[in-house]
Amino acid sequence: MTSTLRTYLARLLPQLIALAAILIAISMTFPGFLNLEIQNGRLYGSLIDILNRGAPVVLLAIGMTVVIATKGIDLSVGAVMAICGAVAASFITSGHSLLETILITLAVGVLCGMWNGILVAVLDIQPIIATLVLMVAGRGIAQLVTEGTILTFNDPGLIFIGSGSFAGLPMPVVVWLVFGVLVALLVRQSALGMLIEAIGVNRRASTLSGVLTPVLLIAAYMLSGLCAAIAGIIAAADIRGADANNAGLWLELDAILAVVVGGTSLLGGRFSIAASVLGAIIIQAINTGILLSGFPPEFNLIIKAAIIVFILVLQSPRFRTAFAFFAVPGRAAKTTEQEAK
Amino acid sequence: MQASSDNILSAVRIDKGFPGTKALDKVDFHLQRGEIHALLGENGAGKSTLIKCLTGAYRRDGGSILLDGVDVDPRDTFDAQRLGIGTVYQEVNLLPNLSVAENLFLGRQPRRFGMVDIRAMNRKARELLSEYELELDVTRALASYSVAIQQVVAIARAVDLSGKVLILDEPTASLDAHEVAMLFRIVRRLKARGLGIIFITHFLEQVYEISDRITVLRNGRLVGTRDTADLDRRDLVAMMIGRELAAEIHAVHATAAEGEPRYRFRNYGRRGRIDPFDLDVRAGEVVGIAGLLGSGRTETAEVLFGAHRADSGTAEIDGRRVELSSPRAAIRQKFGFCPEDRKTDGIVGDLSVRENIVLALQARRGWTRPISRAEQNRLADLYIRALDIRTADREKPIKLLSGGNQQKAILARWLATEPELLILDEPTRGIDVGAHAEIVRLIESLREKGMSLIVISSEIEELVAYSTRVIVLRDRAHVAELGGERITAHQIVEAIAAANERRAS
Repeated sequence: MTSTLRTYLARLLPQLIALAAILIAISMTFPGFLNLEIQNGRLYGSLIDILNRGAPVVLLAIGMTVVIATKGIDLSVGAVMAICGAVAASFITSGHSLLETILITLAVGVLCGMWNGILVAVLDIQPIIATLVLMVAGRGIAQLVTEGTILTFNDPGLIFIGSGSFAGLPMPVVVWLVFGVLVALLVRQSALGMLIEAIGVNRRASTLSGVLTPVLLIAAYMLSGLCAAIAGIIAAADIRGADANNAGLWLELDAILAVVVGGTSLLGGRFSIAASVLGAIIIQAINTGILLSGFPPEFNLIIKAAIIVFILVLQSPRFRTAFAFFAVPGRAAKTTEQEAK
Repeated sequence: MQASSDNILSAVRIDKGFPGTKALDKVDFHLQRGEIHALLGENGAGKSTLIKCLTGAYRRDGGSILLDGVDVDPRDTFDAQRLGIGTVYQEVNLLPNLSVAENLFLGRQPRRFGMVDIRAMNRKARELLSEYELELDVTRALASYSVAIQQVVAIARAVDLSGKVLILDEPTASLDAHEVAMLFRIVRRLKARGLGIIFITHFLEQVYEISDRITVLRNGRLVGTRDTADLDRRDLVAMMIGRELAAEIHAVHATAAEGEPRYRFRNYGRRGRIDPFDLDVRAGEVVGIAGLLGSGRTETAEVLFGAHRADSGTAEIDGRRVELSSPRAAIRQKFGFCPEDRKTDGIVGDLSVRENIVLALQARRGWTRPISRAEQNRLADLYIRALDIRTADREKPIKLLSGGNQQKAILARWLATEPELLILDEPTRGIDVGAHAEIVRLIESLREKGMSLIVISSEIEELVAYSTRVIVLRDRAHVAELGGERITAHQIVEAIAAANERRAS
């Protein structure tokens, strides 16, 4: 068991180091950064802010990880967030109960995912094209739902999901923590994780081995849709309204980036949900850090890009090989020896 | 070294090596003006390497190429084209989204005032195609025409560009009989114009129909060049698979299993892949499947396993009708299938040996009933030991193993599901001698335990060694069945070569 734990931590090590380095860098330019305080039974502080602001991307990254593990990609998640925010706002304002609203919204998200999944698995359309359809159409659908306006609401229950707190943590953080743990357990305690990885590495060989590929593919996109729905509810609840044009805008790219920073290959296969969540937190920490550090805002995107390039270079196999060659020649030699055997 | 003036293209002592292998070993090849010359050989014989050396796609390591008696050294395919050597591949490599005319004149469109003169281009395209008896709307996208038409357009382009030598690499593989006839008319006309044509195919019927001479390669060496008229089919097959007909080998093994067949396939087939066939398999029987490449061996296996759904006939197990509509359905009936192309269809490269071994079993149990890690480890260790899979440990990604060990791991994947019918497609291809022998032994021992096996192999001796019956395939049809005393290399080769008799036994 300890060895399993150790391999698990080793897998997350690059992400943990990157996160720590970023947090240290920010706290050097902004001294109060690491402070946490408790007010009215709730934690406050920049670190909590990062976890809270990062909620939508974390949620999207969870679904995106599974989709990418199947060698797919889901570009529609930002648009699905907008649709689901709009659906939630319109149901709650038209007098439905909170539970009904949430269930319907989640169902809409899952349906969107199913659409993507069917295009990919049954019609065999390339994932990037298949999900592009909904990425483009989704905002249109969301605008139809909100009838072109920003649909605001005052339901305290729905607002609570965006800005309330539970056990000292902001609700969005609680939601993604619980959901992330649930998905990770589902995937790793059942055989789903391995079957998904098998499909991602070699879909044909998996099908020939009897893996129910189409169903699992559709399920992966449905999970991604569900994640987008939750993220959409949180985003809408946060601003107390549904903005069809801006909700979740470009977040699909952040989610993909989070997965990549988390070390899951876009070529499919091996994946780690925890690493993707860390990736999303890293991206949010960079965003928050740049804002706090007082750089002129016009530098933000450039700095973010530079940091991300740096992280990706650290992860690249070529860099690792070169680095291993200089750092631990003994170990490198040993691995080649094993290969030779 | 005669350089007859009739030779339009001569390749002399061509050498080409790749790391670890010698792909071509001093191969001579002479193509005459106005002849259709078939280049034959099994997979890995060196046909495509030779073609690639001629067209400059590869640089040869040694030897010389004479075109019209002049030493040439094409640097790349473009250079070869300019010199006069044009190639048309099985997969038409034109641009399907452009018009026919644009495809014909791509990169050399007629210009007027610096702009492409579309009208002139279309006119020229029509003129060019009329030589091929083709009346097409040349402004329509190439993709809107059938593969056969696209093939002809590709030929027209290649001939127009090059005009001395035309290489056709499996041009008929995806054409039906009618289209093949059309293509052959065109090829004969080009021959009459004095072109030298190299024709590569796996269909022996077509070789005899159209070619004037035949050159056979095997294992990177020239076996010989003969006039088609003087070479009978049996000798040709023997040249290709390298079996001296005199050398008779007869297996000494247990008599064929008795009793009622467990598996009964009637009129089973799929249009365009394999003609309907009847097949019975008994418990404790190894049915070997022989035939040249492209004869429908793999197609037979895929239809039996449900990888391609059969569109005719019935399947019965122990007298009970079953539907084998997908691999999953076949696996439910306790079928297993080791595919021919290990890399694309077999291994899941990035996953560990352990995961590859438990994959089929896990897939059958469904995702909600995971095999515990301890059980996975036990299964993996069991088969790593039983089949002697050489790996540092069970967690090593399978792609790092050698071919033979990968093959054993795929076998282990199926053995772990405890199958009752195991279909093996070329189980010994591309693996080293030691692993080869072990797999043959494994097949024997599985049969002795009462499993039914269907084994496809191009190694005739190997089939003779373990089969209780051998089915022979030709041109996508089952043409003969050999049993008992009749399972000899000689009989199998005869059956593969025999021209027109169907159902020899």
